[in-house]
Formats: sequence, C-alpha cells, structure tokens
Amino acid sequence: MTEGIDDPEDVLGRYESLVDDVTAFREACARPLPAVVRVNEIEAAPDEVRAGLREEGIPFETADWHDGLLRLPEGDPGHSWAYAHGWVYGQEEVSAVPALVLDPEPGERVFDPCAAPGSKTTQLAALMEDTGLLVANDSNLGRLSALRSNAERCGVSNVLVTRSDARNFSLQPFDDEPFDRVLVDVPCSCEGTIRKNPDALADWTLDHVEGVSGVQKGILERAVEVTRPGGTVVYSTCTFAPEENEAVLDHALRNSECELVPFDLPLESRPGVTAWDGAEYDPAVERARRIYPHHNDTGGFFCAKLEVTA
Amino acid sequence: MRDDDATDGGEAPTENQPHQFDRLPATVADRDVPERATREGVVEYWRDRYGVDPAVWDGYTFWEKGAGKVWAFAADVPSPVEVEALGMTFLRTGGEHWKPTTDAVQRFGRYATADDTVVDLSRERARRFLAGGDQDLDWDGDWGYLVVRHEYGGRPEPIGVGLFLHGELRSQVPKGRRREL
Repeated sequence: MTEGIDDPEDVLGRYESLVDDVTAFREACARPLPAVVRVNEIEAAPDEVRAGLREEGIPFETADWHDGLLRLPEGDPGHSWAYAHGWVYGQEEVSAVPALVLDPEPGERVFDPCAAPGSKTTQLAALMEDTGLLVANDSNLGRLSALRSNAERCGVSNVLVTRSDARNFSLQPFDDEPFDRVLVDVPCSCEGTIRKNPDALADWTLDHVEGVSGVQKGILERAVEVTRPGGTVVYSTCTFAPEENEAVLDHALRNSECELVPFDLPLESRPGVTAWDGAEYDPAVERARRIYPHHNDTGGFFCAKLEVTA
Repeated sequence: MRDDDATDGGEAPTENQPHQFDRLPATVADRDVPERATREGVVEYWRDRYGVDPAVWDGYTFWEKGAGKVWAFAADVPSPVEVEALGMTFLRTGGEHWKPTTDAVQRFGRYATADDTVVDLSRERARRFLAGGDQDLDWDGDWGYLVVRHEYGGRPEPIGVGLFLHGELRSQVPKGRRREL
C-alpha cells in the first residue's frame, strides 16, 4: 500500500492490471494536489481574475490545457476579494472536464441531476453564458443548501433548483419538454480524489461499489429518458472502478436508447476497459475515457459521451 | 429557509404561497394578488434608481416566493412552480423603500450608471464594508440603498448594498457573505 494514504484494503492495488506504469500510478496517487480555482466567467474574464489575484499578492499558475484554471501553490485563497466577488470557484482541475465535454450552448435546456455542491453546475451556467434553462437537482437538503449558496455567490441566474431522487426525476413542471444536454456526474466511490482526500479509501467496500453502481445505472437511465433524440448525455465519475464506469455504460447501451460517441480531451487519457473481474462489456465502452493521476498529474476521472437515439 | 439579507422584516400574507414561485404580473392592470410587485415596476425601479437600461432584463422573468421576496430568472417556466430556487434572490419589495439583494448587486450592479446611488470606496473602506462594518462617509449623493463598489482586477466591481443615512454608510452584506480580509 502507498504511504500517506489511508487505504486498509489496498484498493488501489485492485487496478494495477489496468494501468501502464504501476509505480508512477502509485506515486502520483500519494502526492497531494495543488489547490486550483476555476475562473467564473459569468463574473469575470481570466485576465481580470489574474489581475485581481496579482493585486492581492496571491501567486498562481495558469493550467497549460485551460486558460480559466489557475493553480495556487500557496493554497486555496478562500478569504480573498476574488472569492468575495464570485470571480473564482475552488474546483479540482480534472473535474472541469465533464462540463467541457458536454459543451452546452447559450440558450439550451440543460439538466444536472446530481448537482450539489455546484462546481459543475456553475461551470455549466458559465458555458451557457447564464442564458437558457439549467435545471440543477439533488436529493439531499443539506447539499442543496451548499449548491444554492455557491450558485448565488457565482451570480448564476439561469438555474432552477429541484430536490428529488434523480432516478425518478419528473419533467412535469417543465411541460414535459425534454433537455438538449444532461450532465450525469454521479455519486461514486471517489477513489480518484485520493490526492485531495487521503482518507477517501478508508471506508471503501466492494458492497458499496456494487450498491452505488445500481444507483448510477438508474440515474443514467432516467437521464437518457429526459433527453431529446439527438441530444447529448455525459456520464462521469471520479472512480477507477469498472463496476461504476464501463459496467454502467454497458447497462445503458443494452437497456436505453443511446450510443457512445468518441470525443477529444485536452488531457492524456486511456480508453474504457472491455473486461473486468470476469465480466465483459460492449466493445463501444472503449469510447469512454479514463484519466489516471500519473498521466497529467491530476486526480483520477472517468468520462463518457452518449448520444440519445430515440 | 435561509435568509438572503442582513436585515429582514415582514410576514407573508395569506394570499401568498410560501413554497411556491409566482411569476410577477406584467403591470398593475394584470395583477390579482394585491400589493404584489409588477414586472414593469421592477424594471422602472432599476432604471430610475440605479440607471440600469431596461434592455438588461429582456431575457429575464421575475418571480415572487413569499410576500415581497422577488427572484430574477434568466429563463421561463409555467407559473406557478414549486421548486427549491428559481434564478437568484433579487429584490425585497413592499414597504416604502425597495431593497436589492447582495446577489443582485454583485451580478447586475455592473449595469448601474447612476452617479448618485453608486459609490466607490477605497480598498481600506471596501475591506471594512465587506466585513459588515459601518463607516462615516462624506457623500453628496442619494440617501437609502446604494450600490457599493471598489476598484478590483482593473475595473469598478460591486461588492454589495450599503444603506446611507445621516453621513453613515451601513453595510448590508449578509452575515454568511462577510469576510475579514
């Protein structure tokens, strides 16, 4: 097991057969990540935020793959004018990926079924230039409160917040009109956040992985149902577990009206895996992308893009 | 329910449904709940008091949830609707003086062009304001609720709402948004 990580079951060892360089993977997982903020373009442009941070004497470095992601070597400046004005949002670099892959346009109807605490919701709103309709849902009242507070601080005005189980989300308040795009960023076992939370694996159990996999399948199934034909669904997690990634996609391909489509990423990634622990998945799951910590020095992530066919 | 501003007041009358959002009527002639603000009134308020071009609100709908609590939403849905939130808290109507929320001023204060209701503070004064403190201010403009800004990141940036009375600027930044920088 890797030093500094609370990983009693050696969960990461489970994935050694999937990675190209086990030592680099292990070492990357044990290194803490720098704090990162995303520029909230509803309130300010990246150059304005950089000017503001310089005024405040807060050192930063712009991520090489995205002008609006700023790495902060001295930590997260929660107490700063940049935060007070809602100009920035603390967000792990790799978690900015799924909203970019969904790529919503101004004026569209977009759904974020597992929205709290709102890092991706606020990013979606900014990509939509705070126009169109963004429905942000979560099931937990406490997490909804965080979502609302973050959306308010970021000046998001195109968001409608609902509270429901995403598996049973109702279109009834929206005249049954389906969405153009849905971001299915599901609850997961969060193994990929180990660099941010060294105890992310402390309570890991296979039972939990299998249980949450069922929830993920239900959420993705409902997301496909509420998306118009030709619309886009992005599925993402921050776990390495194929049970929560490729197995969920395989289930959707077999049971829902959708197909996996290829997409480009600005980060180095690997294809989805077609076999795991005795199970075999639809070969199309290779179109999903796995982001490992040692390839781009980020957290771990999984992202797939689906097109709704009927 | 969390409160959206530092100062609060007013109980919801019975004709308002506290968990439901109702779209504001376009004008007084369209109104069926007495005393409810109208879209026309809201747009005029921002134009007349803060010099905000009415065109800013072209894509917006305005909603009430609880008496006098107006929300601004950059989209539209069938009214009434029961949801957790609809856009952002925007304006407290009712009573003699309407009051913009901190959210509204941070998001839309950039469109304010009036010079007698928009005040620019030095960095030191801005810090005191963000911390929630009151301060004496030599100000020849209007009394009442002002858009308070400071220079940050190369532009004048709104911080929140200040209440100016008798030579004193009182910060209206809600407790949860105050910071000691």
